[in-house]
Amino acid sequence: MESIYWPSFFFFLFSGLACAFAVAVLLSSNIVRMAFYLVLSLGATAGLMFLAGAEFVGAMQLLIYVGGTLVLLIFGVMLTSQERFVVMKTWAGDWVKAFLAGGALLFILAYAAFSIPEWRGIERAEADAVEAQPSVTPIAMGLLGARTDDPDGSGYLLPFEIVSVHLLVVLIGAAYLARAKRSRSSLEKL
Amino acid sequence: MAAFLSQYLWTWLAYTIAGLVHVALILNLVAVGALVFIWLERKISGRIQDRLGPTRVGGKFGWLQTLADGIKLLTKEDLAPEGADHFLFKIAPYVSFCASIAAFIAIPFAGGYYPWIAQHLNVGVFFVLAVLGLEVFGVILAGYSSASKWSLFGAMREAAQVVSYEVPLGMCVVVPVLIAGSLDLVVIGDTQAGWFTNWLVFHDPFTFITFWVYFTCATASVNRAPFDLAEAESELVAGFHTEYSGLRWSFFFMAEYGSMFSVSILASILFLGGWHGPIPITEFLGLSPENGPFLGYLGQLLGAVNVIGKGVIGVCVMMWIRWTLPRLRIDQVMATCLKYCTPIAAIMFLGATLWQLQLPGKTFFGLIEVPEAVYAIGDGGSDAAGQMPESESPAEQQDRIAQTTPSASQISRKGL
Repeated sequence: MESIYWPSFFFFLFSGLACAFAVAVLLSSNIVRMAFYLVLSLGATAGLMFLAGAEFVGAMQLLIYVGGTLVLLIFGVMLTSQERFVVMKTWAGDWVKAFLAGGALLFILAYAAFSIPEWRGIERAEADAVEAQPSVTPIAMGLLGARTDDPDGSGYLLPFEIVSVHLLVVLIGAAYLARAKRSRSSLEKL
Repeated sequence: MAAFLSQYLWTWLAYTIAGLVHVALILNLVAVGALVFIWLERKISGRIQDRLGPTRVGGKFGWLQTLADGIKLLTKEDLAPEGADHFLFKIAPYVSFCASIAAFIAIPFAGGYYPWIAQHLNVGVFFVLAVLGLEVFGVILAGYSSASKWSLFGAMREAAQVVSYEVPLGMCVVVPVLIAGSLDLVVIGDTQAGWFTNWLVFHDPFTFITFWVYFTCATASVNRAPFDLAEAESELVAGFHTEYSGLRWSFFFMAEYGSMFSVSILASILFLGGWHGPIPITEFLGLSPENGPFLGYLGQLLGAVNVIGKGVIGVCVMMWIRWTLPRLRIDQVMATCLKYCTPIAAIMFLGATLWQLQLPGKTFFGLIEVPEAVYAIGDGGSDAAGQMPESESPAEQQDRIAQTTPSASQISRKGL
């Protein structure tokens, strides 16, 4: 037991879970079950983030992907789905097309991941020496234009502002779309 | 704890034991908490309706009633409807229960240099909110897989309600985060050290209102009456758990009481001082780690009792509200969220920001100066934080990072 390097063990555990549930999404034909497996897969990915010490990204993953998107997905599916989509059947042609598209993406990602020297893993002694750092403050400072890792580098204030304004526009638009229209009867408003 | 044990044991065994101890403590807190709360709910509802509630089981006050109920639930048959999606139907209660318990991982029960917390996360508040949002998933699965229109209606209402109420809830939570200057629940709790005047609920008028908005939204997000539309006995039989029986049904209830407890504890840490009581008894008695491990332990224990006590009071208030107010209609629930809670929370957020800009370092509606040492806990880079004696408090780690940030001149050069 002493010889096992536990961070690697947990990495393989979480990544294995994520991959296994991703395959389960593919193999199941019921759309709600697919969503359930997708939640588990994304949750395992969040576990990977926590393992890497990126707590903020991990919590983001939980909140946005696992929480928000999937609740909306299930909500939308349950409201709109017809019989044809609740149980999905895939034809052979679909499999071929999906494998071509997915395989191409996988190839590009894997090729990039292994060909860039900075992305190589570090030695174990080096990894042990790395101290865990609180991750939120540097991110927040970086978003406000003052990067902690590179004092002379430029921050991310402009992208941050653009995203904020964009979100505000979306919120106002949603409120505008959802407003009560006078011409409708009171029953329809419900 | 794991680091301490690994001095004597193999590392893997030390970590396993430490993890198991944390899991056992959290599971017991939730399970025993649910046991007590169900009894308390019956007593409180009885008193409010001018009845006695349970009186017989276990001698006085009927305090063993829940245990008897539990044994009854164990003996019930585990049924599933014929048209149900059996796999999802069986797994849904566990999903709810897991989400409810997982929130406790990042909730501290005592602060200071050695906080009592299962996993000290840098983004504690955020994690707790994210995980609490997952509980709805179990409810939706249960509603869908039951193959019953009542269940499906309940699940749809729940989904709509929880998704909407997360918006004002998040906005309310941001206000204490803003004042404490950290997402770390331990740091937020420790900025409120001392008398109750330091509590963030009394920090300024805006936080005072924010607290009540938070409590309303928290009640809604855990589906308690008057927001319990997902169950709505008078309309939907029992809502999303209509088709459940026995132990699976009770898992939903444990999840509900667990998340009631966790949002109450979160409220107490964010607004009501957490482990710092209305009167700083631990400071008077010198119960801090500097005066030896035993006194330090005692101080932490008092702090944990304090947090849990405040959490229980919060749960009691929720029960009081439940048995006092009638259930809202779904459009009223949505109107409360989108027309009242969200705008109020947004204005309170703006107000608290401006207040913090105009009157920094003051508390109790701006009347009292905060001692420098306390003020510095969440305030990156001020000198007073350097006085902290212990080696690695989270606040110090943050300060160290903040000190490596560019100097003021560099920031001003960039036009900030």
